[in-house]
Amino acid sequence: MKISTLVFTFKQGFKNIFRNKVFSLATVATIAACIFLFGMFYAMVVNIQYSIEKVETSVAVTVFFDDDITEARIQEISNQISSRSEVSSINYVSADAAWESFKMDYLGEYADGYEGDNPLAGSENLEIYLKDVSKQSELVAYLETVDGVREINHSDATANILTKINELLSYVSLGIIGILLAVSLFLISNTVAMGISVRREEIAIMKLIGATDFVVRSPFLIEGILLGIIGALIPLAAVYYIYNNIVEYASQHFVILNDLLQFRSATDIFHVLIPVALVLGVGLGFFGSFITVRRHLKV
Amino acid sequence: MITLEHVSKSYTNDGMPALNDVSLQIDKGEFVFIVGDSGSGKSTMIKLLLRELTPSDGRITVNGVDVARLKRRQIPKYRRNIGCVFQDFRLLKDRNVYENVAFAQRVIEIPTKKIKKNVPAMLSLVGLPEKYKSKTRQLSGGEQQRVALARALVNNPPILLADEPTGNLDPRNSWEIMRLLEEINRRGTTVVVVTHNREIVNAMRKRVVTVKKGVIVSDEEKGEYIDED
Repeated sequence: MKISTLVFTFKQGFKNIFRNKVFSLATVATIAACIFLFGMFYAMVVNIQYSIEKVETSVAVTVFFDDDITEARIQEISNQISSRSEVSSINYVSADAAWESFKMDYLGEYADGYEGDNPLAGSENLEIYLKDVSKQSELVAYLETVDGVREINHSDATANILTKINELLSYVSLGIIGILLAVSLFLISNTVAMGISVRREEIAIMKLIGATDFVVRSPFLIEGILLGIIGALIPLAAVYYIYNNIVEYASQHFVILNDLLQFRSATDIFHVLIPVALVLGVGLGFFGSFITVRRHLKV
Repeated sequence: MITLEHVSKSYTNDGMPALNDVSLQIDKGEFVFIVGDSGSGKSTMIKLLLRELTPSDGRITVNGVDVARLKRRQIPKYRRNIGCVFQDFRLLKDRNVYENVAFAQRVIEIPTKKIKKNVPAMLSLVGLPEKYKSKTRQLSGGEQQRVALARALVNNPPILLADEPTGNLDPRNSWEIMRLLEEINRRGTTVVVVTHNREIVNAMRKRVVTVKKGVIVSDEEKGEYIDED
C-alpha cells in the first residue's frame, strides 16, 4: 500500500467520526457504558479482595514446643516450616518477649510484683502467617507430625469463613461479569445495527467504483479503533474521579471502619484498569466496525 | 468489447426470468441505447455487466474477460474498467464535489499529485470547475449527475454504463447530460445508456436495442424507441 493511500485511509477514518456524528456518539456511549460498569466493578472487587487478604494475613497459627526443647531444634523446625509453599511469614516469639507483651497488654503497673520472674517460661512459640488461609488445615496436619511440637493454636472457624467469602466473591464476580458481558453485547449489537444502516449506501458506492475490500474496510476500522479509544478514556477518567472521591469520603466519614475497609491506591487499580479498558475499547470498536462493514462488502 | 451469449437471469427458481436467452454484441466505440418499459430487464443487464449479479445461464464477456468466472478479489479491478452512472447519482453525500471525484482515483491508489491535476480537468469537462468545494446536496440534479459522470470517467474507463441517467432530470438538464455522453463517446469511450426517455432516444439517432419482458425484440442502427403498445 502506498503511503499516500495510508495517509488518506487514516484521514478518512478520522473524518468518518465527524461525518456520522449520531452514530459516533452512540458507539462511544455504548463502549463507555460497558467499560464504566466494568471499571467500577473491578475497583470494587479488587478492594474487597484486598480487605480479605489483609484479614487473612493477620490470621496466624501458633506453635508451642515441648519444655525440654533446645533453641537449635526450634530453629530447625522454623526453617522447615518456612520452606513450605503455603507459608507467608514466620515469627519467633521467645518466652521473655511473650511475657513483655503480656505485661504491656494486661498488667501494666501491676507487673512490678513479678520482677525477675517469668510466669510464661516455656511459652516460646512460632507465629506462622499463611499466604492462603484455606491451606490452614493442611499446615496444621503437618505441624502435628513434627517432633517437639506440644500444642498448635488455630482458628478453623475464621479460616473457614474467610475461605467461604473468597469463594462467594469469585462466584459473584463471575456472575456479574457474565451479566455485564450480556448487557455489553446487547448494546453493541444495537449500535452495530445502526452502523449497518448508516453505511450501506456508502459501501455500495465504493464497491461499484472498484474499491477493494481492504480500501473500503480500512477507514471504518480506523474509525472503530479511534471511537474505542475515546470510549475507553472517558469512563477511565470518570472511574478515577469517582474512586478517589469515594476513598476520600469513606476515610473521612467512616473512621471507625478504617481497620476493616482497606482501599487500594488509585495507582494500583489503574495500573491494571488502563490497559484492560483500552484493549476492551479498541477490541469492541474494531470488531463492531468489522462486522458492520463485512455485511456490505458482497456487492 | 461487450458480448452476451444466450444470457438468462432468474431471481427465483420458479418465477419468470428477468432476462431470457439474450444475445448481444457491442463493439468498441459504440453508443448504444437499451430501451424498454419498467421491469423489462434493462437494469438487470447493467447489474450483470457490473458483476453485481451473475447470469443463471449463458456467458458474458467484457474486453475478453468472462465476467461470471471472476473471483471475488478480481472484481474491483474489473469494475475500474467500467464507469457507471445511475438515476439516483449515488454520490457520497457528506463529501464535496472534489472528494467525490477524487475518491475514484484514491481507490486505485493514484498519487495525490496526479489526483490534484486530474480532478479539476474532469470537472472542467463536465462544466463544474467552480463547484469543486460544494457539498453534493447543495447541487441541482443536473449538477449531481455531472459529478457522477466526472467520477465515472476520471480513471479513463473504456466503457461507460449509464442506468437511466436522465430519470431524475428536467428536459434541459437531460439534454445537457446526453450531449456530454455524446462528447465522451466521440473521445473513444464505449457508451451504453439504459433509458425509457423516448424523446431523447428518437432525437439522437443511435443504435437502439429494445428489451421487452426479458427478451430483445429489436436491435437497430440509428433506431427509434418503438412504442410496443
